[in-house]
Amino acid sequence: MKIVVTVKQVPDPNSTLTLEADNSLSREKEVVLDPGDECGVEEALQLKEAHGGEVVLVSMGPERAKDAIRKGLSMGADRGILITDPQLAGADALLTARALAAAIKAESPDLVICGTESYDGSTGMVPPMLAELLGLPQLTVAKKVEVDGSNLKVHRQTADGYEVLEASTPALITVTAAIAEPRYASLKGIMAARSKEIKLVGLGDLGIERGETAETIEGLTDAETRKAGVVIEFDGTAIDRILQVLTEAKVV
Amino acid sequence: MYAELSQGVVAPTVLELLAKARELGEVEAIALGTGAKAAAATLGKHGAKVVHVNEDKAFDDYLAEPATDALAALYKQGTPDLILFGFTSDSRDVAGRLAARLDVGLISNAADIVAKDGGFVAKVPYFGGAKIASMKANKKPAIVLVRPKSFEASEVGGTAEVKDLAVSIDAGSKRSHIVERVVEASEKVKLEDARVVISGGRGMGGPDNFPLLEDLAGALGGAVGASRAVVDAGWVPYSMQVGQTGKSVRPGVYIAVGISGAMQHTVGMKASKVIIAINKDAEAPIMKMADLGVVGDALKIVPALTAAVKAKKR
Repeated sequence: MKIVVTVKQVPDPNSTLTLEADNSLSREKEVVLDPGDECGVEEALQLKEAHGGEVVLVSMGPERAKDAIRKGLSMGADRGILITDPQLAGADALLTARALAAAIKAESPDLVICGTESYDGSTGMVPPMLAELLGLPQLTVAKKVEVDGSNLKVHRQTADGYEVLEASTPALITVTAAIAEPRYASLKGIMAARSKEIKLVGLGDLGIERGETAETIEGLTDAETRKAGVVIEFDGTAIDRILQVLTEAKVV
Repeated sequence: MYAELSQGVVAPTVLELLAKARELGEVEAIALGTGAKAAAATLGKHGAKVVHVNEDKAFDDYLAEPATDALAALYKQGTPDLILFGFTSDSRDVAGRLAARLDVGLISNAADIVAKDGGFVAKVPYFGGAKIASMKANKKPAIVLVRPKSFEASEVGGTAEVKDLAVSIDAGSKRSHIVERVVEASEKVKLEDARVVISGGRGMGGPDNFPLLEDLAGALGGAVGASRAVVDAGWVPYSMQVGQTGKSVRPGVYIAVGISGAMQHTVGMKASKVIIAINKDAEAPIMKMADLGVVGDALKIVPALTAAVKAKKR
């Protein structure tokens, strides 16, 4: 089966965020392959190992997003496509989905795997848009995926358990971090990734015009912050201090 | 307003959102699947003037696509200025497809929404939650997804006019089939309703130490939550996750144990009345928002606190 995994380069979750002059989040700092996408790549590789086929990584971003694709290639994916175009700066979810959809459509995959949400934006809106634009059913928030021929079965995480979803391929799934523990790239994998293809495409290649963005940031204000309270060391009186707070809040 | 039903019952966040929606204008809701007609009465009490209903079982049995078809059909009839969704898994699936189908985009994860110059501006937590971005919707309809617990639900005692929505769901939309629903977690006290929530993060050291939090929760009559980091690491189930992509809680007391306080977590708990943080790092962001921060080893502090609470109750 042919599997496309969408991957995104994000600011390292362990680094501090900064803002650009136009109020967009700076992505110039330490950047990594989104940890959630690593799980998606891993799941794709396991499906390929079990059923054969090809794993193609598709990303959108500045040219250095090649590094994120390269990371996935070093894990074992076969090739990558990077949609990169100055016109895509500040792209909203719909434009992102339109660009990804155009690139993915040309690949005619059996399965599209996306992270449930990115680590930086955490809104999870691109995958359902992508499913709609590709005309695919969506099986979302998957913590387990089984493939049997063209039948797909997914355990979808819910607030109090899970749902069992079934569909036929081609389909789009979104996966949680519970889906698979990402493998470390081997030295051999890293070497092999150097010669794997990463194709660069622009909006023109995809036949897409930018269009008006869905939303404009009119301004930023400081969020209401809670006043910092008291910070104490854990010593002989700390437990009594906590009890006092619990008593004032009437929970003991 | 997309009135998401969960097994026939109106999702709580829908009623919260109605309290805001009725301030912004005339609200019509759409309720789909088994229980939609019964739900209309509840929606009316919370301010919906009209509820469009369709009880086709396809809405219960298939993910996202039938509901998208129904919303698109309703949109053509009435062309609303604003379509509101709760920021939940089910509603996200529908909203994303609808925004792509109508080619309008959307604004997600909003904490508030205001009418401005004939359009709408959503207030969205931004930049690690330190800033609030005012995002203007440029297209019509504006589609906005609002975080749960952003508003308080309240009844206004109205009655909604119930209208049957004629829409046929064909086989092309019956694809992502929900064949089974499995309930795993039988929470003693529901996280969202608990008056005390004790959440654990990486600082708990490992899943084997979570029973310490259960003991404290037992003594306080509370519930145990967790950060995304430990849920992703597989220590505890997703049903326990508090934060942007987990549950939003606003208990009387929130005790964050071994949680550094990343925005992903704090947006889901910062509305708590009192916050107590237990962390070995005095500089952790959580310490700057806690009413009381205790610096030390969680594995020593938590059992000591549990014992003290039990002793006090005696």
